[in-house]
Amino acid sequence: MSKPILSIDDLKLTFKIYGNQVDVLHGISLHIAHGEKVALVGESGSGKSVTARIILGLLQELTAARISGSLQFEGVDLEKLSRRDRRALRGTRMSMIFQDPTSSLNPVYPINTQFYDVLRRGNAKISVKDARMRALSLLEDVSIPEPERVLDSYSFQMSGGMNQRVMIAMALANEPSLLIADEPGTALDVTVQAQTLHLMRDLVERRGTSVLFISHNLGVVREFADRVYVIYRGRIVEQAPTRELFHNPGHAYTKALMAAVPRITGGGIPDLPADNKHFEDPMVDRFREDVQ
Amino acid sequence: MHLPHFLRVTRIIMSPVVQLLVKRLSISIIVLIGVSMLIFTIARIIPGDPARIALGPNATAEQVANLRDKLHLDEPIYIQYAKFVSDFAHGDLGISLYTNRPVTTDIAQFLPATLELVFVAGIFMIGFGIPLGILSARYRGRVADNIIRVVSLLGVSAPSFVWAVILMLLFAFFLPLFPIAGQISDTLPVPPRITGFLLIDSLLAGDFKVFASAAHHIVLPAFALALSGIGQAARLTRANMVETYDKPYIEMAQSYGFPEKRIANRYAFRPSLIPSLTIIGLDFAAMLGNAFLVEAVYAWPGLSRYGVQVILRKDLNAIVGTVLVISATFLVVNIIVDLLIAFINPRIRYAGRS
Repeated sequence: MSKPILSIDDLKLTFKIYGNQVDVLHGISLHIAHGEKVALVGESGSGKSVTARIILGLLQELTAARISGSLQFEGVDLEKLSRRDRRALRGTRMSMIFQDPTSSLNPVYPINTQFYDVLRRGNAKISVKDARMRALSLLEDVSIPEPERVLDSYSFQMSGGMNQRVMIAMALANEPSLLIADEPGTALDVTVQAQTLHLMRDLVERRGTSVLFISHNLGVVREFADRVYVIYRGRIVEQAPTRELFHNPGHAYTKALMAAVPRITGGGIPDLPADNKHFEDPMVDRFREDVQ
Repeated sequence: MHLPHFLRVTRIIMSPVVQLLVKRLSISIIVLIGVSMLIFTIARIIPGDPARIALGPNATAEQVANLRDKLHLDEPIYIQYAKFVSDFAHGDLGISLYTNRPVTTDIAQFLPATLELVFVAGIFMIGFGIPLGILSARYRGRVADNIIRVVSLLGVSAPSFVWAVILMLLFAFFLPLFPIAGQISDTLPVPPRITGFLLIDSLLAGDFKVFASAAHHIVLPAFALALSGIGQAARLTRANMVETYDKPYIEMAQSYGFPEKRIANRYAFRPSLIPSLTIIGLDFAAMLGNAFLVEAVYAWPGLSRYGVQVILRKDLNAIVGTVLVISATFLVVNIIVDLLIAFINPRIRYAGRS
């Protein structure tokens, strides 16, 4: 297969707060091939979201964050770029979808204004009129029935599902090569989440966009991702193609995580032990050569 | 879309902004009635006989009794109030014992200078305070932020009459950049009175020399009056913006690489302005009260100076008139602020619409 869109090698993150060092990431490595949908799965606090923010270069702005390791995006070493060049990638070559679509849209500006700013990232000279036309067609792509009305609405006037569609349309507006989805739609109810995920999958597959899909929800990951990384306390504990991982989890933590999914058939709230010495076992890597 | 005409009209009439306006206006009227009763009573129960003070120590008991009779001072207070209300309905606030002119004439003469001072101070407050707050929030934790925070704390912590004296000493006395006092140079002719606002009247008369002199004179007192408001507006804007910076929609704007300046000036500022604006409006109205002392320091011929004089002389009609005018201005400013908030907050504008 071709060169990966994104490859992260031995990424470490430490927060320095009032002289205390808190290690958040202990050297994680992952890569995403062109058009591949990769999931990063773990419980809250395991380091999923900070990884996404490091890729975007948002965390680097915090003075308390110490970051080491290498990040290659489209063959470019991100850490060697200036802040300015790094920001130039955001919203153009890579974009992000957030957990709660309604609170991720600015409440005092209509969708139109925000869409215009997004489109200007891709084409700084785009006219207001052209931007509107483009936004309308993008909103049609995400199956929004009345795009005109949506463009002139505010986020608080629309349902969560509608806002999520708007977020997807914005994220794909400038045809990025990498889409980072941080727990997309976790704030939505299950049926709406499923609908918008299907929509997102169709769109990225049609455009060949690579996706880093961050989630704690194994059910969703199974439907969406080609390959899965399991992260536990800042370490990748297992990686495998999705089908393989679900059929035959290799690492003690992965097994525990799968056993922890509540079942609709009952059986009570499953128990995930907070500490288990086997969770710290070495990484199980089942990334096969033939896939690469 | 194709509603019958009368329905469309009701929709406009019942639009949330109009509803808001109607509600605020009716509350304001009730407040004004309350204020008038309160100040009417207080003016009459503070010790001292207004007739005796007005006529001086040499007046005879008979003269004092005559004046008391003329002022209805010996009648029960509710009768006096009823008389006041019926006069007020005819636009009559009575005669001032201090100037011997109708109180309405006095107010019409002195109010514009005060409003002019307060408006210019308000422009300073918004024009300096809010941008400083935005800068402070944008560079939070860095040098610029710390400097702005210290300076605005200074502004808030000293009352405006102290600033009036300090600014006068620094920039009129030691460093004569501005005139010491007054509203206009003594050597210049006063332009014909049209609005009563010197800055506007001089422009209407086409007399730019007078305008320049008036503008030159208003800078120091207006700045002294505005300083605490500038500090307050900067601190408030900063605090609300720092809170807004933690909102998901700011992270989203950053994840799209929108320019930092645009994020600060639009995405973070506008949602933060909504809570700030109410307080800024109150500060603006509070300057009407602070203007009393600043006007005294700068010999500013405004209503506040008149107000101090009439209170000292227990000039009943003038006290009631002055307080009512200031309360009314306060209420008008608050209504304007509420409308501004409705204008920038779509949640109010669209409330109740589907």
